[in-house]
Amino acid sequence: METIEIIGALITLAGSIFLVLGSLGLVRMPDLYTRIQAGTKASTLGTILTLFGLGLIHLDWMGKLIILILFVLLTNPISSHILARSAHYIKTPVSKLTKVDKLKDKETEKTSEANHTNPEDEL
Amino acid sequence: MINTILTIATVLIFISFILSGYRFFKGPDTANRTVTFDVMTISSIGLIALIAHFANRIIYLDIAIVYGLLSFMAVIIIAKYLEKELF
Amino acid sequence: MNMTWIALIIGLIMLIMAFAAIYAKKLAVAIIAAGVVSLLASILYLTLAAPDVAMTEAAIGSGLSTIIFFYAINKIRKQSHD
Repeated sequence: METIEIIGALITLAGSIFLVLGSLGLVRMPDLYTRIQAGTKASTLGTILTLFGLGLIHLDWMGKLIILILFVLLTNPISSHILARSAHYIKTPVSKLTKVDKLKDKETEKTSEANHTNPEDEL
Repeated sequence: MINTILTIATVLIFISFILSGYRFFKGPDTANRTVTFDVMTISSIGLIALIAHFANRIIYLDIAIVYGLLSFMAVIIIAKYLEKELF
Repeated sequence: MNMTWIALIIGLIMLIMAFAAIYAKKLAVAIIAAGVVSLLASILYLTLAAPDVAMTEAAIGSGLSTIIFFYAINKIRKQSHD
């Protein structure tokens, strides 16, 4: 009984460390899209670990915490994905280190097909 | 023992809030600040769960559920506003 | 356990975010800062052992008022373009 509580507290500590790392990525990353990636992935894992550790401490809270974990796991990637899509739509500038932008390639391919030119001739 | 570890976890979540606030003041765009709002919301869900442990009342977890739902809707509305497709 | 220090730190961050909401250049940034203030106020009510007030604040102050403010300034932006 005592051991599982200490294991749950250590899992909660690991989750809060992941939350700090996500915010540190939010400060250090050079670009909007990398900031979205760091903030979302690390924050989702950190929140899930925090709630699961608290569920190990209080075993009778586990049902409501599982519902909360499923809710975070469903909604958080959707909201960040919609935010990244609209930021790409209003042409937020990317970093200089970015090499591949497949959504932009697809849009230029669509417009060049509308102009009846082959995009591979330009290469 | 357990309360000490969970107090350290609470302090780390406050450090996460302060780092997100730095990006909120420095961010050059509205979209960057929206990312900050999202991260602060997700961190606050963990903070509410920790406060529920410290007060030892299960009813506090309902507020985390309500908060997650409504901030998800708020982030989607802000993204649609930036895209100029709101209503 | 004593939770006064949590209330103190949350109050400090709330004060900084309220100044950010006042002095922001763009209107959307001010609304987002007001949403953050409302979020922290909800957690502050929770530390003061008032979960019903905290739930009302989270539902109305942070969720609904942010959505209604963005709807309103979207209407203003459309009419100024016409």
